[in-house]
Amino acid sequence: MSYVIALAGNPNCGKTTLFNELTGSKQHVGNWPGVTVDKKEGTYKKNKEISILDLPGTYSLSPYSAEEIIARDYIVKEKPDAVINIVDATSIERNLYLTLQIAETEIPMIVALNMMDEVAQRGDSIDYNKLSKSLGVPVVPITARSGKGLNELMEVAATVVKNKTVNKPIDVFDENIKNAVQEVKAVLKEEREEDKDWKALKIVEGDEIITATLSDSQKSVIEGIIKEAEKAADGDTEAKIADLRYQFIAKLVKQAVKKANKGYSETRSDKLDKILTNRILALPIFAVVMYILFACTFSENFLFIPGLPSPGIWLAGLVETAWGTLSGALEGFLVGAGASDWLLGLVIGGIMDGIGAVAGFLPLVLVLFLLLSFLEDSGYMARIAFVMDRIFRRFGLSGRSFIPLLMGFGCSVPALMASRTLESDKDRKITMMITPFMSCGAKLPIYAMFAVTLFADQNQTMIVFSIYMLGLIVAILSSFILNKFVFNGEASNFIMELPQYRLPTIKSVLIHAWEKVKGFAIKAGTIIFGSTILIWLLSNFNFGGMCDMEESFLASIGNAIKIIFAPLGFADWRASVGVVTGWIAKENIVATFGQLYAGINDEAAIEAISAGEQALPQISNVFTNVSAYSYMAFNLLCMPCFAAVGAIRREMGSIKWTLRAVGFQMLVAYIVALIINVVGNIIF
Amino acid sequence: MTLKDLKPGQEGTVIGIGEKGPMRRRIMDMGVTPGVLVKVVKVAPLGDPIEVNIRGYELSLRKDEAKQIEVK
Repeated sequence: MSYVIALAGNPNCGKTTLFNELTGSKQHVGNWPGVTVDKKEGTYKKNKEISILDLPGTYSLSPYSAEEIIARDYIVKEKPDAVINIVDATSIERNLYLTLQIAETEIPMIVALNMMDEVAQRGDSIDYNKLSKSLGVPVVPITARSGKGLNELMEVAATVVKNKTVNKPIDVFDENIKNAVQEVKAVLKEEREEDKDWKALKIVEGDEIITATLSDSQKSVIEGIIKEAEKAADGDTEAKIADLRYQFIAKLVKQAVKKANKGYSETRSDKLDKILTNRILALPIFAVVMYILFACTFSENFLFIPGLPSPGIWLAGLVETAWGTLSGALEGFLVGAGASDWLLGLVIGGIMDGIGAVAGFLPLVLVLFLLLSFLEDSGYMARIAFVMDRIFRRFGLSGRSFIPLLMGFGCSVPALMASRTLESDKDRKITMMITPFMSCGAKLPIYAMFAVTLFADQNQTMIVFSIYMLGLIVAILSSFILNKFVFNGEASNFIMELPQYRLPTIKSVLIHAWEKVKGFAIKAGTIIFGSTILIWLLSNFNFGGMCDMEESFLASIGNAIKIIFAPLGFADWRASVGVVTGWIAKENIVATFGQLYAGINDEAAIEAISAGEQALPQISNVFTNVSAYSYMAFNLLCMPCFAAVGAIRREMGSIKWTLRAVGFQMLVAYIVALIINVVGNIIF
Repeated sequence: MTLKDLKPGQEGTVIGIGEKGPMRRRIMDMGVTPGVLVKVVKVAPLGDPIEVNIRGYELSLRKDEAKQIEVK
């Protein structure tokens, strides 16, 4: 018999660990439609007929956050065969609040009481028979990290599914609420019988989404019922209902949980927290952690040793060399077999380079996510938000936005993927839209070329530094504007749990990093691969067949669109072509300029220009200091490379939002470059 | 008196929570309901937000949010 089991629980309750333990490597991570929330599905590794779906972690089923709406819509509308509710037994009171809400939906459910090893360590004990009796559902003690109790959990789940056991309604509310629910139920004539109880309760609770589905006549009757109920509930049924739920839980916990140490006792986690969020030490520790994160992924002088690559850069180099060798061998073979120029170009310049472009990013994504999953699972990520909130809230961002933004200075691709560690859908979207404004490593060669050629008399370091600052300032202003005008009305709050510190399991860290690499390779890979081949075609062909770039389709396109850039100061077809080839990889602009302005095809010469060791004097005929600066700013801010767009597509989970992000970046780039050109020409 | 007025180490009992809306709803969902005991654990290094112990776990909230929670 095949069936679906959904996992529901609070954030940090060990839900993902349980999911990994149950499904092993047989899982698929996608996106819930339209939101930046992971959708994880897999099959039970001991029985392929059982599908397991990991719902987003939520504290409640109120309809306010994207996570909460997804979880409750899934439970109520999709109706899985059973829900396993994971409860963190070390903070059982708050966890049982969600349990009560899931029970209200009258779906077959099992409570998995997790972290029983920690409960035992504290010397506490929990009477789960008492819990089970009171909640009317099976309660199974487990320790997801070690896999203890999981077989029994799945056996109990199978029985629940087979018998379709639905819990008896739990007696949580007072007479007033119960009466109101019964009266509302009578009004919901058309609803399915099994949905009535839950919907009626939600309506009494003042749930806007459910209330909006009612007809006008129903609404007017119900308004009267709710007014009556409010009178008896001190004018506030919503608060009364939450209060009654917690009263019920507090009473139950008092009966079922025996604490060895009454009152407040300091755990190891508390001691660690005293250091990590200490008034004086917190910020230096944070800076060191961030440095390690950045250096391990991107540094070329790791641990301050000149020339020692970081794990990320070392792996990326390995992949690049391996791919280069393979590409070279294939080229040799094709030449030997007498392949035509266009076939050689398509296979090597198009397909192989296209795949190489995707493969080169994988090591960076892998290394960063090994580290990020460690931070996330250990509980430190929540403290980053706690420590940095004061600064970031001013810009309408979360403290956790610091990580994607910092990583953006290395490479936008892993940086954009790191936005998944943010708390809210809104924060994630805004952070993704502004992360490419952080000037990544690939943009530096463009600045080097212009600085050496056109700013030879000025302080070149300051010119380059000012571009980096420009990106930062534009990012902050953009966040402000997006918050105010695009996401207006979406309340931001900082009411969150600071979970216990825990040592992450190697398995969880590995699975998470692997999922990220796989997700990027598949979702982003198609965009990168397709667009690399397209640009290759455009820059090597015209209607007559294969040709040089000067006569290609791309040159014609450059000529056609250069007028758009006239207000920005660079109405030159070669500059327009540079913008386009920059979308494959920003450093390509240097090679394109070398070829188009000076006929340089020599790789060593291009490298020298990229490193700022050699000037490209031919561009000074076309660019002034002001238009060069405007061009640098435009390429800093406009659509990032296709790999980054692919990462945005992967994380946004929606083409519409990907296009919005790219559109926003193009608009910002145009406006900023326009201002630079106009103001610059007035001043200089 | 509100939760914002409590110093680290001080305790209070919640007697009321601000105005209706998503924020209050969220606060209550996290277990801050009338009658519950809260203890302020610490203030973030930059002065905001604060960390409180409630119902056996650590909750963080901004001072603006703490201001809406009446305690005694």
